[in-house]
Amino acid sequence: MDLHSHEFQSRARTALHDTSLQQALDQARDGFVAKRAAQVAELSEFEALREAAAQLKDHILEHLDDYLERYETAVNAAGGHVHWARDDAEARRIILDICARVDARTVTKGKSMVSEEIGLNEALIEAGLKVVETDLGEYIIQLAGEAPSHIIAPAVHKTREQVADLFEAAHGGPRRTEISDLVDAARQALRGRYFEADVGITGGNFLIAETGSSLIVTNEGNGDLTQTLARVHIVTAGIERVVPTLHDATLFLRLLARSATGQETETYTTVSTGPRRLDDLDGPEEYHVVLVDNGRSRMLAGPFRAMLRCIRCGACMNHCPVYGAIGGHAYGWVYPGPMGSVLTPLIKGLDLAYDLPNACTLNGRCASVCPVKIPLPDLLRQLRHAQFTQAITPRRQRGALAAWRVVATRPWLYHALERVVARILARLGARTGRLRRVPGAHGWTLGRDLPTPAARTFLECWHHEREKS
Amino acid sequence: MTDSSRGRPRVGLFVTCLMNLFRPNIGFATAKLLEEAGCRLVVPQGQTCCGQPGYNAGDEDSARALAQQVILAFEEFDYLVGPSGSCLASIRHDYPLLFAAAPAWRARAEALAAKSWELTSFLVDVLGISQTGARFDGVVTYHDSCSGLRGLGIKGQPRQLLAGIEGLTLREMAETEVCCGFGGTFCVKYPEISLKLVDDKIQNVLATGADTLLGGDLGCLMQVAGRLRRRDLPMRVYHVAEVLAGLATGPSIGEGPLASG
Ligand code: SF4
Repeated sequence: MDLHSHEFQSRARTALHDTSLQQALDQARDGFVAKRAAQVAELSEFEALREAAAQLKDHILEHLDDYLERYETAVNAAGGHVHWARDDAEARRIILDICARVDARTVTKGKSMVSEEIGLNEALIEAGLKVVETDLGEYIIQLAGEAPSHIIAPAVHKTREQVADLFEAAHGGPRRTEISDLVDAARQALRGRYFEADVGITGGNFLIAETGSSLIVTNEGNGDLTQTLARVHIVTAGIERVVPTLHDATLFLRLLARSATGQETETYTTVSTGPRRLDDLDGPEEYHVVLVDNGRSRMLAGPFRAMLRCIRCGACMNHCPVYGAIGGHAYGWVYPGPMGSVLTPLIKGLDLAYDLPNACTLNGRCASVCPVKIPLPDLLRQLRHAQFTQAITPRRQRGALAAWRVVATRPWLYHALERVVARILARLGARTGRLRRVPGAHGWTLGRDLPTPAARTFLECWHHEREKS
Repeated sequence: MTDSSRGRPRVGLFVTCLMNLFRPNIGFATAKLLEEAGCRLVVPQGQTCCGQPGYNAGDEDSARALAQQVILAFEEFDYLVGPSGSCLASIRHDYPLLFAAAPAWRARAEALAAKSWELTSFLVDVLGISQTGARFDGVVTYHDSCSGLRGLGIKGQPRQLLAGIEGLTLREMAETEVCCGFGGTFCVKYPEISLKLVDDKIQNVLATGADTLLGGDLGCLMQVAGRLRRRDLPMRVYHVAEVLAGLATGPSIGEGPLASG
C-alpha cells in the first residue's frame, strides 16, 4: 500500500467534512468503548493480566532470536517451511515465487495486516492472480477498492447503507440492508471461492515456538476455510508474533478479544501446524510461514522496543479522540490511530510521516486501555524528539522554540513580555471583552475567542499587593 | 525554629504561564486556599514555565533548561503547589526522565517531584482538607483534564471539595474523561481536529443542563470557554480553585476581563 501520511492534514480535513464517515465513526466508537468497558468490569484480574502480558512480551522480545529459532525448528519438524523476509519487497517476492511454483490462479485471503503492510494484494494482482478477500470487512473494502481504515474492523468507515449499495452493485438485487442479510450475501458470494483457491493466505495472531503452530482468531470462520481448503497455506506474520508456548498464547487471548471487540473470546480460535498429514481428513498440501522483519529488528534494538509488544487489538484507536474524529484513512497508511502513529514513522520514515506523532493531544487514553501497556504517548513524544534532533521539525517551529527558550530562561524578560502582552490584549478586547482576532494567533482564533486578560499579570499584582502590606 | 517545624509548611506557588497572563484570579484563589489551610506561601520570582512546550515538541534540551530553572526556584520549599494537573504531571513525571543521564540533577528532580502537588490533591491528600467553606450558586459539571486524571490520578479530590460548597450541585457529563482537544500546541497546529473534539465536549457539557463548567486546568478551560463564546453559547466557565476559594464572583473565563488583583 502506498504511503499517504504526508497528506495527513488535507485528509483529516476531508474526513471532518464527510458526513457518512462521521456517522459511521460515532456508531463504531460508542460500540467498541462500551463493550470493552463491560468486559473489563466483569473480569477482576484484568489489570493483573495486562501487567503479566506486558512482562511476558518484554521477556519474549529480550530473547526473540532464541524463540524464533525454536519456532523455525518446530515448523520444519512439522513439515512446514519458514521464509525470512527482510522487508516488504522480499516478502512479496517469496510469496509470488511460491504462487508461481504451485501454478496458482486464485488466492483466498484471511485478514492480515502484515499482507497490507507488504502491499501483497497489488503484487498478486499484477502477477495475474485472482485475489479474494474472505473477511467480511476486507471483502467490503475490496469491492469498494479502498484500503482498511481500522486494524480489526477494516470497513468501519462504511455505513450500512454504503455497504448495501456496494453489495447490490456486486451481487445484483434486491437491495438488502439488514446486517444478517449482508453477511449472508457475502457468504454466498465467497463459498465457491474457497474451493477454487490454490493458495490461502492468512495472518498469524500468535506463532507458537514450542509446537511450530500458527494461531488465528476470527469471528466469521473465514480464516479456517481459507487455510484448510486451499492447496497451499501461507502464513504472513511479523517476527514479533512468536510466543513460547500455547499456554502463553492463552494469556494474550484473554486480553485480545476483550480489548478488541469487547467479546469474552472470539468465535473461532484456530491453530494450525504444518501441512496435512497422511491420516488427516483435510488441510493444505504445503504450509509456509513468511516472517517479516520490515524495520522490526531496528525497533528491537532501539528506544521503541515496547511497540513490538503490540498484539493488534485496536483498542488504542477505538479510544483515541483524534482517530474518532478523522477515521483511519487520514493516517495515510496501513496502521492508523496511536499504534499507527508510532509504527508508520518507524517503518516508513520520520520525515514522510511527520504529522503522525504530532497530531496527538497526549491525553493518554490509548495507553490506559492498551492490553500490553505500551506507553504510546511517551513513544510519540520520543518520535517528536527524534524529528527535532534530525531537523525534520519545520524550521518555523524550531525558530519559535529557540525564541521561547531565550525568553523563558530569563524570568525578568519573560515577565516583562507577559506584562506587555497583557496590556496589548487587554486594550484590544477592552470594548467587547472578547478577542475574535489576534495577530499571530490565527490557529486559536480560527474557531475560538481568546479571553481578554486583565491588564496586569498575576505576578505583577501579587508582588505589588504583598509589597504594600 | 523554622516555620515547617511548627507545622506550617512553606509552599512555593507554581504560577502557570496561562494563569499569569489570562486569569490572575486563579492565582489569588490558589493563594487564598493555601493560606487559609495554614501554609506559608511564597511566589518565587525565578519561575516562568514548566517547560512542556519544549518537551512536547521534542526539544528536550530546552525542556531541561526550564526544568533546572524550576528546580532551582523551588527546591528550598517544603512543597511546590500549582493549580494545574498538566504542569504538575510534567514536574512529577517528566523532570526525572529529562535527567536520566545526569545523576546529580536526576536526584534533585526526583526530590522536587516527590514534594510537588496539584492544588486539589494537595488540599485533600496532603493536608486532609474536606471543606473550604465557600458558597457557589449553580449547577456545575466537571471536566477531568487528561494530565491530571491519567498522570496524577486526580478524579475524586476536586469532587470531594466541591461537595462541601454550599449552593452547588454537581451533575456529571458523559465522557468526562475524554480529551477536550486542547493538547497544548496541538490546538493551534491542528485547529480543525481540535475544534471537532471541543464541540463533542461541549455537546456533553450542554446535555447535563448545568449552567457552569469547572475544571482544574486553564488550558482546557480556555479551549472550551473560547469555543463556547465563539458559538455564543451561554455557560459560565471557572477554574475549580476560583469556586473553592469563593472567588468565582466576577465574569467567568472568556466573559470579559476581571479587574486586577
Ligand atoms: S498498541 Fe496496544 S491497544 Fe493499540 S493495537 Fe497494539 S496492543 Fe492494542
